[in-house]
Amino acid sequence: MSESSESPLVLVHRTPTLTYMDDHLSRNFRLLKTYASPDPLPVFLSRHAASVTAFVNIGRLKIDAELLSHLPSLQLLVCTSVGTDHVDLAECKRLGIAVTNAGDAFSDDVADCAVGLLISVLRLISVGDRYVRSGKWAKPGEFQLGTKVSGKRVGIIGMGTIGSRIAKRLEPFGCIISYNARTQKQSIPYRYYSDVLSLAADNDVLVLCCSLTDQTRHVVNREVMESLGKEGVIINVGRGELIDEKEMVKCLVEGVIGGAGLDVFEKEPQVPEELFGLDNVVLSPHAAVATPGALESVAQVAIANLKAFFSNQPLVSPVRLG
Amino acid sequence: MESIGVLMMCPMSSYLENELQKRFNLVRFWNFPETHRNSIRAVVGNASTGADAELIDDLPKLEIISSFSVGIDKIDLGKCKEKGIRVTNTPDVLTEDVADLAIGLILALLRRLCECDSYVRSGKWKYGGFQLTTKFSGKSVGILGLGRIGTAIAKRADAFSCPVSYHSRRAKPDLGYKYYPTVLELAENSDIFVVACPLTDQTRGIVNRQVMDALGAKGVDEQELVKALTEGRLGGAALDVFEQEPHVPEELFQLENVVLLPHVGSSTVETENAMADLVVSNLEAHFAGKSLLTPVV
Repeated sequence: MSESSESPLVLVHRTPTLTYMDDHLSRNFRLLKTYASPDPLPVFLSRHAASVTAFVNIGRLKIDAELLSHLPSLQLLVCTSVGTDHVDLAECKRLGIAVTNAGDAFSDDVADCAVGLLISVLRLISVGDRYVRSGKWAKPGEFQLGTKVSGKRVGIIGMGTIGSRIAKRLEPFGCIISYNARTQKQSIPYRYYSDVLSLAADNDVLVLCCSLTDQTRHVVNREVMESLGKEGVIINVGRGELIDEKEMVKCLVEGVIGGAGLDVFEKEPQVPEELFGLDNVVLSPHAAVATPGALESVAQVAIANLKAFFSNQPLVSPVRLG
Repeated sequence: MESIGVLMMCPMSSYLENELQKRFNLVRFWNFPETHRNSIRAVVGNASTGADAELIDDLPKLEIISSFSVGIDKIDLGKCKEKGIRVTNTPDVLTEDVADLAIGLILALLRRLCECDSYVRSGKWKYGGFQLTTKFSGKSVGILGLGRIGTAIAKRADAFSCPVSYHSRRAKPDLGYKYYPTVLELAENSDIFVVACPLTDQTRGIVNRQVMDALGAKGVDEQELVKALTEGRLGGAALDVFEQEPHVPEELFQLENVVLLPHVGSSTVETENAMADLVVSNLEAHFAGKSLLTPVV
């Protein structure tokens, strides 16, 4: 725990509740804490962070050109999420700043959550639980039938660390997996679709687990949802903006698609209230990564990236800056 | 075949009712005119309503009981054997559905999916995030009963990198999972305990207090289960079946660490139709003097 003058200096930003990395960081580095100062962030940075070479962004503080202009010595940005849509990657590239993300740390948990949401939507687990707790089962009447999960055709949008784990979990269910991604991956056995519209046409379920970029914003739009069809189900564990949310709500209410399992939304924590009364949706408060194991894992990845940086070793989970 | 009396014990599937009505003289137990007793040659029951000794004795012309379920613990098999009455069930067609639901229940329980859903719907998310939940991947899964359904559950749990072990009447070394010779040892070595065996005289109450204590705060004598949950001695439970369906102990309704479903293990459109077709096929085979497709007795 001793602070040695040898310990490198690391700039840290976090919200009050995200304390899971405090010990890891203070054990290994000298810390410049944005949250320990009453100064507004840009002021704090201008005053204290001119020589900082590494910045750990715990949470999803927006990292834009303006903020980066206060960090003239920055060479490494460590993010604790998998997604980096809150970071101006082009600007980082221009300034020669390397960016790392959570790597594989969350992937199992997100994949588990995606499969859980899928089964819950099709088999009406959430609805069934409410039904029993309300006492309705004891009275005469039938609970509605669900839809079989095994054997469904599942189209995965994004075949990175999360997409491939979702596919692996669905294989013993006999699900037929296909995918769309930036490029076809020769090493995997699933059928590749070069566009999302055809993927939707040929599948019963669409699972979104790709990064949010300018190209993927609203990748699931009305046309795609119509192609997916009235029995079709969307599972989103990526980012809310991957879907045209307003259109999706209409499609769900009008029965254009069959259902949805959603962990992310366009303007979290706001969720369109039209969804609250629907039995064919399962909603989750961006909790796909929220297990103690996942947080411990991401802390380790972050520390590993920092240590690698300061000892001139290759970064553990660098993000491609395009 | 329209003159053959088939007695359906309770409403279970409108598709099945229609298919039976087309082929037989369908009599509904819940509107049962006493005079029809001598015309009943077949009974169609389900998981919760079967045929006990009293009913069997009351139907002198009964030849076959075709259950719309795989579980046949509500049928007096001894009486059937004694009287030469055939019994069929619906194995295999529902295996995947039940296994799918088991995994869904584990995920819903560990990741608190039902609560997350309520949390968002109630508007609470605006005021703060949901608590951390428990990871499923990598947890040890102990399966009680490694039949068709147990095996299908094991295959699925495997893909979540869960080490799978089991207890069954006999070890099945070909499957490659670790076998425990007693239920208690299985419970002591599992994070998640899945009950997937048939209900028989040997298995009644098999998940007793001792077993639940071995599982710890991290199946079933139901009274013990309720106590273990409310007293915090058991970490959580996800239940699709109960001792006296559709009655569920109300102490469970307020608990956050349970998921409760109204016996929907095989309740999908696809599977109910497949099960109904199997019930009808068994009856048709019987009355045409052909071999039964899925006989139990």
